[in-house]
Amino acid sequence: MSRSCKAALLASAFGAMLAWTAPVLADGPSSVGRPASPAELKAWDIDVGPDFSGLPKGSGTVSRGMEIWEEKCASCHGTFGESNSVFNPLVGGTTAEDIKTGHVAALKRTDFPARTTFMKVASVSTLYDYIRRAMPWNAPKSLSDDDVYAVLAYLLNLAEIVPDDFTLTDATIRDVQQRMPNRNGMTTAHALWPGLDFPGMAAKPDTANAVCMTNCKPKAELASQLPEHARGAHGNIAEQNRVIGPVRGQRTGPDTAAAEAPSPALALAEKSGCLSCHAVDTRIVGPSYSEIAARYRGKNNAEALVSKVKAGGEGSWGAVPMPPQDDLSIDDAKTLVAWILSGAPQK
Amino acid sequence: MSKLRPTGEATPRTDPLVPGADALSGRLRRAPENFLTPDEIGQVGKGRRDFLRASFLAAAGATAAATLGGRNAAAATADAAGDPDILNPTPWGSSLGQPVAANPYGLPSKHERGLVRRQSPGLTQVAAASVSFAPLQGLFGIITPSGLHFERHHQGWQDIDPTRHRLMINGSRPEFVKTPRVYTMDDIMRLPPVSRMHFIECGANTGMEWGNVAVPTVQYTHGMLSCSEFTGVPLRTLLEYCGADLKAAKFILAEGGDGSSMTRTIPIELVLSGEVMVAYGQNGEMLRPENGYPLRLVVPGVQGVSWVKWLRRIEVGDRPYAAKDEAVHYIDLMPDGQHRQYTSIQECKSVITSPSGGQTLLDKGFFTISGLAWSGRGAIKRVDVSVDGGINWTQATLQTPVLSKCLTRFTLPWNWDGRPALLQSRAMDETGFVQPAYGQLRAVRGTRSIYHNNAIQTWQVAESGDVNNVQIL
Ligand code: HEC
Ligand code: HEC
Repeated sequence: MSRSCKAALLASAFGAMLAWTAPVLADGPSSVGRPASPAELKAWDIDVGPDFSGLPKGSGTVSRGMEIWEEKCASCHGTFGESNSVFNPLVGGTTAEDIKTGHVAALKRTDFPARTTFMKVASVSTLYDYIRRAMPWNAPKSLSDDDVYAVLAYLLNLAEIVPDDFTLTDATIRDVQQRMPNRNGMTTAHALWPGLDFPGMAAKPDTANAVCMTNCKPKAELASQLPEHARGAHGNIAEQNRVIGPVRGQRTGPDTAAAEAPSPALALAEKSGCLSCHAVDTRIVGPSYSEIAARYRGKNNAEALVSKVKAGGEGSWGAVPMPPQDDLSIDDAKTLVAWILSGAPQK
Repeated sequence: MSKLRPTGEATPRTDPLVPGADALSGRLRRAPENFLTPDEIGQVGKGRRDFLRASFLAAAGATAAATLGGRNAAAATADAAGDPDILNPTPWGSSLGQPVAANPYGLPSKHERGLVRRQSPGLTQVAAASVSFAPLQGLFGIITPSGLHFERHHQGWQDIDPTRHRLMINGSRPEFVKTPRVYTMDDIMRLPPVSRMHFIECGANTGMEWGNVAVPTVQYTHGMLSCSEFTGVPLRTLLEYCGADLKAAKFILAEGGDGSSMTRTIPIELVLSGEVMVAYGQNGEMLRPENGYPLRLVVPGVQGVSWVKWLRRIEVGDRPYAAKDEAVHYIDLMPDGQHRQYTSIQECKSVITSPSGGQTLLDKGFFTISGLAWSGRGAIKRVDVSVDGGINWTQATLQTPVLSKCLTRFTLPWNWDGRPALLQSRAMDETGFVQPAYGQLRAVRGTRSIYHNNAIQTWQVAESGDVNNVQIL
């Protein structure tokens, strides 16, 4: 062994020693932290697995689910789960035949327009788990376990997997699994999982390019180019590049820097999260700002609206509530309401 | 010598059109810096480069005229002899600057305001379940400034009170973690930390381009990619402190503390390798809220969705979890109608970031082609660059450091002769895997997979100097 090699070994052994003898807490690092209480575990350990481990006891009917759906879900997902306005459609594209085979046939068609949730999902547990942890989007974790059963029963009914008089329970959900339209639609036969524990896991990647250096092919043919209409679809690219360097951005739209700066109230609305539920001209979750401005024109009720924005509430426009805005200062709320009532100008 | 090598400065040092030009560098004439108006850049686009010389003269003349009657008449006469920004006092060279801490948290120059995260219009319906792309076209080296790190949120981002944030570690069955534990940030930040540089790429990066060219610039084709130095505690160490049964464990579940409480399954093999970490630091400061402040999982080599942000819980288990974002999304549709589930590794990939789509080369002559390469399976071994659409290739230089599961910067000098060119880069990682061409990828995966598009990107350079996004199979 060469001297330098030995020296390196010694140094690394010494390094390792240092790491082990570095100052540690009297009881060692495993004393850091504390045991979780059973109540804490119950509060947070809410995952439900595909084998239904973790599934809480409970039940819900399709008809109860319909009430919840219409009150808490339809505004974003549409009456039949078909809406494309806030997120992709949840329901559609599956057939009675798919329920038999467990393969959604439309997934083979390149001309099929959408891929809905029910066309893809293989495991019904996924939907229970996800709705319970994350929906409604603007009030996650607000549903009781029974409400999750009910609203899921309704979604399964919309997808024609269960009948109108069905009651979904921690027992019947196992039968539902056997009717999921795409239950056989997943494969783990690929090389993109960094572990060892799936059936069919391939050891080798599915493409095998080689390092060729000269005359690798007779000619270079273009298979696709940016369509003309897409050139300007991402704003003015000149403004998305530096003003120095070997290149400039192409001018694909008007200069916005030269145009008027956006209104500070618009920036405030963006920052305060208002724009995820409100747009100027279209309804998202809440009414559009132009609708609000139109309804209250000449009515002198800015103060009431400021309180409403701060405290949240429902009923003026529908059953969907606006959440309270605890972090918004009164001054900012006043600025925002004045801006909305003046038609929410962008500049 | 390869034809890609620069053939040296082609521009003559003297030019009869510019008085005293022999005293100036040729470069000055070729890149008249900021006084190119949008119109003039348009002219470059139309192939007119001779105007650059004229505009330089015009600018020099205009400055001369403006200052003629002033006290600086001497400078004015000198203007004709050179660059007014050298010959005349500049505003910044002749005034007092700003005091310290004028920006207590420093900001980029106002001249850099165009290089920001941007959304791709129409990609998603609402901004709180959406993506913003990092401006790769303007970044250097391998580290992404934290404020430009790409964003992907499913239920908006939160700025969590770090004193109220907790991490819980438990088992799917009691025997996997006999005593489930809770950590505060105080606890986690007491433990021995490691700092490592890794790339993070969204599984859907380049997803818009599976079927055909769809977006104009590298920001939108490849901008769901960032790279940071992360600081935290290896998850393996934490699990050992908790006394987790790492022999029985096969999978772990990571869960977020935000509204979506995002969950993802991670293979125990990656955890045991020591690479997976529970991180609070990013580029020397705390994580940004958009990136999971105060705690996120770092899963090197694996797609971004697994790097659970606002991390609140780790569960040790023995079966995969089929969470929403591994059973409804982040599944890759194959031509036979089956979805590949639990696809996670980001395979070897590269892209040229300069010059790139949507840009215009200002003139013929010397350029440095520069880009990024990365692999979820380890370190980058080599990158080759082609300027003829993949017929001939030249090996690029890799800038150091070249680290495992980290971005690697490559460069290659290039002398553009003004003729159309097709720029490509092709990376190989330490496993010998070579980045595929579009034709090879589509032959096995079709065009509807959405996820894991690591095909070779082509930028077409037109005679006008315009660079456009195209695809070659
Ligand atoms: C404020 C709008 C909104 C409301 C109200 C809402 N959702 Fe959602 N929902 C969304 C968005 C946005 C997503 C996608 C989130 C993401 O990107 O991860 C989503 C996703 C889902 C998904 C997963 C679909 C998929 O393919 O990933 C289900 C299931 C779902 N919602 C059910 C419900 C139910 C049940 C309710 C009522 C209890 C509800 N939602 C209320 C906006 C909403
Ligand atoms: C999570 C969704 C959501 C967010 C975020 C949100 N709103 Fe609303 N907003 C609503 C809904 C839903 C309504 C309709 C409530 C009703 O029917 O009474 C509403 C109603 C309103 C109204 C009309 C109230 C009335 O009584 O007519 C105003 C004004 C308003 N919002 C302003 C704001 C401002 C300002 C912000 C940001 C600080 C904001 N909203 C954030 C959902 C939201």
